[in-house]
Amino acid sequence: MNKKNTEYLINRKDNQYEVVIGLEVHAQVLSESKLFSSSSTKFGAEPNTQVSLVDAAFPGMLPVINEFCIKQAIKTGIGLNAKINKRSVFDRKNYFYADLPQGYQISQFKDPIVGEGKVILDMPNGQKEIGIERLHLEQDAGKSIHDLDPQNTLVDLNRSGVALMEIVSKPDLRSPDEVNAYIKKLRSIMRYLGTCDGNMQEGSLRADVNVSVRPKGSKEFGTRCEIKNVNSIKFMQMAIEYEANRQVDLIEEGKTINQETRLFDTKKNETRSMRSKEDAHDYRYFPDPDLLPLEVSDKFIEDLKNDIPELPDDKKKRFIEEFKLSPYEANILVSDIDTAKYFEEVLAKMGKNKDIKLAVNWITGELFAVLNSKGLEISQSPVSAKNFAILINLIKNGTISGKIAKTVFELMIDGDKDPQKIVEEKGLKQQSDPKALEVLIEKIINENREKAIEYKQGKEKLFGFFVGQAMKASGGKANPQLINEILKKKL
Amino acid sequence: MSDITKQSLTELVENIKNKKLSSTDVTKAFIQRSEKSSELNAYITDDFTSALDKAKKFDQKPNLDLKLPGIPMAVKDLFCTKNIKTTAGSKILNNFVPTYESTVTENIWNEGAILLGKLNCDEFAMGSSNETSHFGNVQNPIDKDLVPGGSSGGSASAVAGQLTPITIGTDTGGSIRQPASFTGIVGLKPTYGSCSRYGIVAFASSLDQAGPMAQNVKDCALLQEVISTYDSKDSTSINFKRNHYSKELTKNIKGKKIGIPKEYRVDGMSKEIEDLWQKGIQYVKDCGAETIDISLPHTSYALPTYYIVAPAEASSNLARYDGVKYGYRAKGENLIDMYEKTRSEGFGAEVQRRIMIGTYVLSSGYYDAYYLKAQKVRKLIKNDFDEAYKKVDAILTPSTPSSAFKIGEKTNDPVSMYLNDIFTVPVNLAGLPGISIPAGHDAKGYPLGLQIIGKAFDEQNILNIAFAMEEKINFKNKITDWWIK
Repeated sequence: MNKKNTEYLINRKDNQYEVVIGLEVHAQVLSESKLFSSSSTKFGAEPNTQVSLVDAAFPGMLPVINEFCIKQAIKTGIGLNAKINKRSVFDRKNYFYADLPQGYQISQFKDPIVGEGKVILDMPNGQKEIGIERLHLEQDAGKSIHDLDPQNTLVDLNRSGVALMEIVSKPDLRSPDEVNAYIKKLRSIMRYLGTCDGNMQEGSLRADVNVSVRPKGSKEFGTRCEIKNVNSIKFMQMAIEYEANRQVDLIEEGKTINQETRLFDTKKNETRSMRSKEDAHDYRYFPDPDLLPLEVSDKFIEDLKNDIPELPDDKKKRFIEEFKLSPYEANILVSDIDTAKYFEEVLAKMGKNKDIKLAVNWITGELFAVLNSKGLEISQSPVSAKNFAILINLIKNGTISGKIAKTVFELMIDGDKDPQKIVEEKGLKQQSDPKALEVLIEKIINENREKAIEYKQGKEKLFGFFVGQAMKASGGKANPQLINEILKKKL
Repeated sequence: MSDITKQSLTELVENIKNKKLSSTDVTKAFIQRSEKSSELNAYITDDFTSALDKAKKFDQKPNLDLKLPGIPMAVKDLFCTKNIKTTAGSKILNNFVPTYESTVTENIWNEGAILLGKLNCDEFAMGSSNETSHFGNVQNPIDKDLVPGGSSGGSASAVAGQLTPITIGTDTGGSIRQPASFTGIVGLKPTYGSCSRYGIVAFASSLDQAGPMAQNVKDCALLQEVISTYDSKDSTSINFKRNHYSKELTKNIKGKKIGIPKEYRVDGMSKEIEDLWQKGIQYVKDCGAETIDISLPHTSYALPTYYIVAPAEASSNLARYDGVKYGYRAKGENLIDMYEKTRSEGFGAEVQRRIMIGTYVLSSGYYDAYYLKAQKVRKLIKNDFDEAYKKVDAILTPSTPSSAFKIGEKTNDPVSMYLNDIFTVPVNLAGLPGISIPAGHDAKGYPLGLQIIGKAFDEQNILNIAFAMEEKINFKNKITDWWIK
């Protein structure tokens, strides 16, 4: 594909503008307890039931680092091919808000736990590398609820103190599509690592989106605006689209862009100014004196490295080399860890002499269609990998045809039935006995003498007619390959 | 025994263990004296009724193996005590009742002690005279209208006035040692990381440390032994081998090298203090130790450094008192208005001053010039001590530049008030242990203290030196009971 054709540009009269995007992704660390307390992080609990004295900032309460969260952050750093900092510092970010009980958020400012890294995106026109600036750990705030009580704002502190990883990209993204691919790739890596569930509905993955525009070909960055706390890929894309156009319009009108924080209104599909640079908070960052600098040893990091599973990029490479899949197929199978797991389990159950291509086609075709229509994840698949493997083998060894297999598959969905049994019970076994098929075909030729003559005289199209008749006569169970062979011989 | 309250902790423990006294006898005696001593205003909250119940319960089934068997004790109102109001001397926590216990007080109750009540202190431990307390001045038992020092003023007054046999205070820049010096008692600020900060209302996290205040060195050693434990709930708690301070206490300090830092001879220091220090040097020599002149070149930067670091941390530590979750809340038009009114009405002038200083020094544009510079200087001050300790085992200085002053004398001059901590502050900045022992009287008959500063985790050594000096000094506190009618 020509790279030029896929470039995302905003056109105005004679001018073309490039969009520059950087993301600050907030990914909730997958952990049982919070970053500095032992309270549960479980989603959906009754308000204020998962709040310790530390989370609610009672007098004299002190934070104690949850080592598991540290490990999760380092693992994520390794997954992002990033530099792990052996010494990092927790700082206090000071500001007042009702859902911030301490009056400060414990975060990492100058010395984050993870430094520069990169992720590779598979775009239609090839691969693109996106730089990672840093990853740091921080506490989540509580939740202010403004619409439950007419007079008061209510506060739920269940989220207060939950560990977040803030993953800051370099301003390397150039289109909403790349943002889509980037978020999906990050999510994929973290799900492989088990460090974040990536569940955007539950708020486990949110992003602040930095957008600026510049004339195509320019090397200088434009003034950027930060769109706060966008919680779905679709909204990110819509927000970027709107914001980039807004900025281009300002430039076209000869106006200047103010560096500011903006908010995306999902109902009106527009961004609105929250606060300008002049009104920006002075967070008065300083090292948290309740916590000593965090130091990790080489061995600590090495042990975690040994614990890293095969990640999507490596898996993709292996699938292409080992299973002779196309990059496209491999991509589909590796992007979600559960799909990859399912696929590999199917391959394992298929045993020797397996038709990998067939399995891939059936997973990405029939299985995905069923999951889609039922709104299920592959981890909830109504057909187990084991039975799925049996079905593929039944096709491969000629027991059933592809067409019959579709019928069998339909029947398997209800209760994860064994396809072998379905085939036996319903008598769906493919007719592959050449003698029986010869008899059947001879009968058809006799019944259609005139058409047989026409065929011999050169009307080759009629071959399909005879195949159809034979299949019909066998109730669809005849082995189509054999029918082809016998027909060619007999006609 | 009529004079129960005159007994030291060590004597009381012995008498309870020998069954010459019951916990009820002792508890009653201190309650009665406390009740007669309301003019000192040492207590913010008393818990006398339940203290007596606990004493009776103890006597029914006395566990005499404990280190503080049935000993009644009042503590500074900065320690969170379960189900007992904890105010930190502030209006903003006037109604705050913790559901939890600080580790240090927990350790004390676990050794058999009984809570008498919560002692007055400067608001959030910010002050050197106990005059910033929302609950009023504390009187010094030494003389009427004399400050007891601060911030652990109520604690010092209660020990000197014999309202409690012993107590614990907290020391961020001198808050144990300075009031100990002003009231003629012993006060130890342990090494940073020795006593858990869990459950202590925070002032400046990197400096705060709890410690014992007692009538004598031995009592002080015993209480230190009880309160100093490693605590995983405090990330700055340090897991080191802790001595049995009271058991290992010895007066044999022969051959110890004691440093005398020339920089502590500050401009305008009174002759009385200079003489006291010289006497101290002589006592140390009399005990068989050797004194060596040393230099701590960055001493003069300690006070300005402290008044950047401590307010910076305090401004952040006190952000949680916002009227949202607990404590005092003023009515406001909206959230910001509520914050502003709550904090303006809930905090006193000195606390507000320090919050403003702290906020200023952390602000972008000023951070490097103040906070960062202060951190660098703090490191230099620590290096000074490290250098000195290559040559000496401990350092002897005066505890304070003067004796106790009159109530109201310095309230309008914060800088002169801050200067009170000139000898104690470097010790906090360096995280070292320091003990103040009463060493003499000034012309007015007010007590004066000497400070012994030790190496980190070397509490035993400074306790030993103090123990040896105590015998030579033979200090007698002049308590006239002027406040008892």
